[in-house]
Amino acid sequence: MHELSLIANLFEIMEEKAAEKNAKKITHVVLQVGKLAGVVPELLITAFDMYKKDTIASEGKLEIKEVPLKILCRDCKTEMVKDDFIFICTKCGSANLKTLAGMELYLEKMELEVD
Amino acid sequence: MPNKKTKEVMVLEDLLGSNKKIADQIRKKLTDKGILTINLLSSPGAGKTTLLESLSEILVPEYKMAVIEGDIETERDADRIRAKGIPAWQITTGGACHLEAKMIGKLFPKIPADLDFLFIENVGNLVCPASFDLGENIRCVLLSIPEGDDKPKKYPKAFITSQCLIISKTDLAPVLPFNIKKAKKEALEINPNLKLLTISAQSGAGIKELAEYFMESLQKIRRTNA
Repeated sequence: MHELSLIANLFEIMEEKAAEKNAKKITHVVLQVGKLAGVVPELLITAFDMYKKDTIASEGKLEIKEVPLKILCRDCKTEMVKDDFIFICTKCGSANLKTLAGMELYLEKMELEVD
Repeated sequence: MPNKKTKEVMVLEDLLGSNKKIADQIRKKLTDKGILTINLLSSPGAGKTTLLESLSEILVPEYKMAVIEGDIETERDADRIRAKGIPAWQITTGGACHLEAKMIGKLFPKIPADLDFLFIENVGNLVCPASFDLGENIRCVLLSIPEGDDKPKKYPKAFITSQCLIISKTDLAPVLPFNIKKAKKEALEINPNLKLLTISAQSGAGIKELAEYFMESLQKIRRTNA
């Protein structure tokens, strides 16, 4: 359960950004979570709801946008979305691939309440 | 009643950004000193500490090594390493399931500058440690024969983020239904660049090859530095 450590990092970023904007409250938070980020979205939400008490986001809601694993084959230039974790090009069989998306663990945006 | 206004702000910041920043600093400082850092990942009981004990018999005294031990509780692993005459520091996380770069950073002043190899034995866990860069040059994942050959597919992140897979306890292969070929094939499917090694600390098989892999990797970073 390393999700709590990640949520602690998230709050550090959220609080810093909210202070820059003189926000009174953070009402909505959107995270991008890649399929290969190595986290469980439900646990992130549980950790967020535990952590938010007595913070600027005490009434905030966490929304998770799951990002599929997207691969580019460097040989045949095909882009593909992978549901399995088999890193072999589905078109030409090459293992010469580049991961384009699916590793993200990003705070995308927040909704703030200001005066 | 004051008007409440809401405002949406785009941020796009990595939750692991602060860890990555510290890890990059650690990697640069250690690599500049010509120290090769290896992060060992595995389930509990895969044989990380035993592997380090066996490696020390080949590497020492020609090379200088030190070990950072990560565990939830006790100094037991660090004591085993110290008993071999090797400097070891224990990080007890008190419950946390992984090490983070800042924990390594705190130990930094204690690490001798004339080391050749710094091994970091992560907390036994095949899930959480995979997300945290510790500033290593090489990440090695251990998979022991009793765990079963299906682990690369079940815990892909640990295998995707590693450079080396060590299949350990191969002396048990004749008595357990672990298909080494299948484990290697499935590991390569999720990470075609994995270096594959098999070892048995009991018989000593494969330990020399693993030590040679680390020695070559050390020469590589030193050549790059020169």
